[in-house]
Amino acid sequence: MQFGLTEIQQLLKNSAREFFSAEYPIAEVRRIMETPFAHDPKLWRKTADQGWCGMTIPEAQGGMGLDLVEAAAAMEEAGRALVPGPLLAHLTACVAIASSGQVPPGLATGEKIATFADATKLFVMDAAVADFIIAPGQLIDRFTTLHLPAIDLTRRLYKIDFESGQPIQADLDRALAIGTVLLCAEITGAMQRVLDITVAYVKTRKQFGKAVGAFQLVQAMCADMLVATESARSATYYAAYAMQENLPDSLAAVSVAKSFINEAARQTGNNAIQCHGGMGFTWENEIHLYYRRIKAAETAFGDTAWHRERIAQLVL
Amino acid sequence: MDLKLSPTELAFRDGLRAWLAANIPPNWQAVYAALPGKTAQFEYLRQWQRKVYDGGWAGIAWPKEFGGRGATIIEQVIFTEEMARAGAPHLPGVLGLQLVGPTTITHGTGEQKERFLRKILSGEEIWCQGFSEPNAGSDLAALRTDAKRDGDQFIVNGQKVWTSYGWAADWCELVVRTDPDVPKHKGLTVLLVDMKSPGVDVRPLRQMTGETEFNELFFTEVKVPVENVLGKINDGWNVAIGTLMHERATLGAGIQIVIRRAFERIVELAKSLNKINDPLTRQKLAQCYAEIEVMRLNQMRAYSKMANGGTPGPEGSIQKIFWSELNQRFQQVAQEILGPYGQLTKGSDYAIDDGIWTYNYLRARGNTIEAGTSEIQRLILGHYVLGLPKSY
Repeated sequence: MQFGLTEIQQLLKNSAREFFSAEYPIAEVRRIMETPFAHDPKLWRKTADQGWCGMTIPEAQGGMGLDLVEAAAAMEEAGRALVPGPLLAHLTACVAIASSGQVPPGLATGEKIATFADATKLFVMDAAVADFIIAPGQLIDRFTTLHLPAIDLTRRLYKIDFESGQPIQADLDRALAIGTVLLCAEITGAMQRVLDITVAYVKTRKQFGKAVGAFQLVQAMCADMLVATESARSATYYAAYAMQENLPDSLAAVSVAKSFINEAARQTGNNAIQCHGGMGFTWENEIHLYYRRIKAAETAFGDTAWHRERIAQLVL
Repeated sequence: MDLKLSPTELAFRDGLRAWLAANIPPNWQAVYAALPGKTAQFEYLRQWQRKVYDGGWAGIAWPKEFGGRGATIIEQVIFTEEMARAGAPHLPGVLGLQLVGPTTITHGTGEQKERFLRKILSGEEIWCQGFSEPNAGSDLAALRTDAKRDGDQFIVNGQKVWTSYGWAADWCELVVRTDPDVPKHKGLTVLLVDMKSPGVDVRPLRQMTGETEFNELFFTEVKVPVENVLGKINDGWNVAIGTLMHERATLGAGIQIVIRRAFERIVELAKSLNKINDPLTRQKLAQCYAEIEVMRLNQMRAYSKMANGGTPGPEGSIQKIFWSELNQRFQQVAQEILGPYGQLTKGSDYAIDDGIWTYNYLRARGNTIEAGTSEIQRLILGHYVLGLPKSY
């Protein structure tokens, strides 16, 4: 038994970190979030050329065919860099579309972008840059979008409308479970980054002649962030593994991770802002960009109460 | 990432399961409960440890040359889980097996290993730890129990507190001050003390739960031969800290199973009390389930890391904080489900599970204090893991 990444998985994670941190420095994230769709087609192209946009499509269908633990490891790094735009929506939709057996040309290579929607047609991520939307029973390629300005500046939400799409036999539920895991991985990466930034800050910021990180109240807040982040990581990788291996408790594991991370990530963000003092409340400081992502993630793919009720149905 | 047990691990588990099925005395709980008094009950558990030892299952993590099995960390976790799952009696020599034994293997002389290790395994000798003092809790290195060299022996005077198994122990791993004139961490020594030595006085310490799980130890002019120094003289802090790391890292493994079983039981009770369809109760139970899972997964990750890298480190504080605070939240949820029944104690006609939930609720308050308070654990994480300045 080995709970942790293999050497090969770690190498993949390292190369994801190298790529995302080099290509998406925070100044670049800020620039992209100011564009109309929080999306930069050139950088997306570059990301796709590395295979990251086809991670969740099997090799036989033209994708990179990563297993879910590997994809989660890569997404943790994307989350750490706060990669803006449709990566999460696209990877999730691709799982569903690939399950139908028919992947439209260009999807695996990222030339085409997909997202997903439910019957409400609301809160659809990155729909304005998508070529396809997968919804229950259908694949839609002609639709209109209405932007819903929202808390996360790096990932746009829309209300969509459409006449009708192509009927498709896809396992959307499984895709959403996998999307939940990828989101958990992304948020784990965001938590790690927020912790790292905060620890670096409290080591240098001085008051009363010493680093504020020397004060026990500040240290305890940082320690809680560490406990939360490591716990988020444990829950995420187990959920990824459980889904990948089709373990009997895989759906419960996904809901454990999501319900736990919803609270752990918000608390970690709260502590990060608090530890920065006034600086943490400024636009200039990057913490709020992560905090916005974390807060938006709380209701995406099912909120805390929804996942807890699902746990209750599965285990009580 | 591979959570399947390897063929070796499976064989280990199956061998253990078969042995437990054949050797746990049927209906032992009733036999145990009917025994007259603490001493007779302890003797019963000691006999059980002897049986475990004869079966080759005691101290499985110890190297083979010292009577163990050289079991991997993962096999130790399997062992702890299987013992709990089978409802086996607990091993009364647990402090010797998990803490004093491994520390002796690391720091002991050939003679000490020869003298002590076998008897720890068999349960013939029970150990306690003399660490905390009335004025040295979190600040353990401030301890004042004094040992003065007198020829080939030390003369020990002082007081220890919170000593588990003190009343039953034959030997004590005692941390003493051998040099009062150097910085506090540098003047400590670990002595192996015979509890039958003249001048050792063991008194029960009654807890808020009403029972006497712990003891106070008083040492008055106790003579300890120099050959009973564990490790080097004045290097006691390093020896003691190794023991504490073991304590933090391994305590959680059994607790994980205990809380899991308690969770399953409270779900049953919520059903019989017709509360299982109450949305708020469902939310709270689901939250408990999630947190118990996260505790299990954190532990699995930590054990895998230890299996690859050796000794437990300061990250053990993450486990300690997590399980102790989780258990307090869980016991509160249990209380909310039980309502007014949750306050009935052992012996009440209407008490659920003979009042164990009332006891468990009170006992859980100790979890965030024993084996290092939550506050000190957070400062350990802040300084030793996150690299923040030392604040104390």
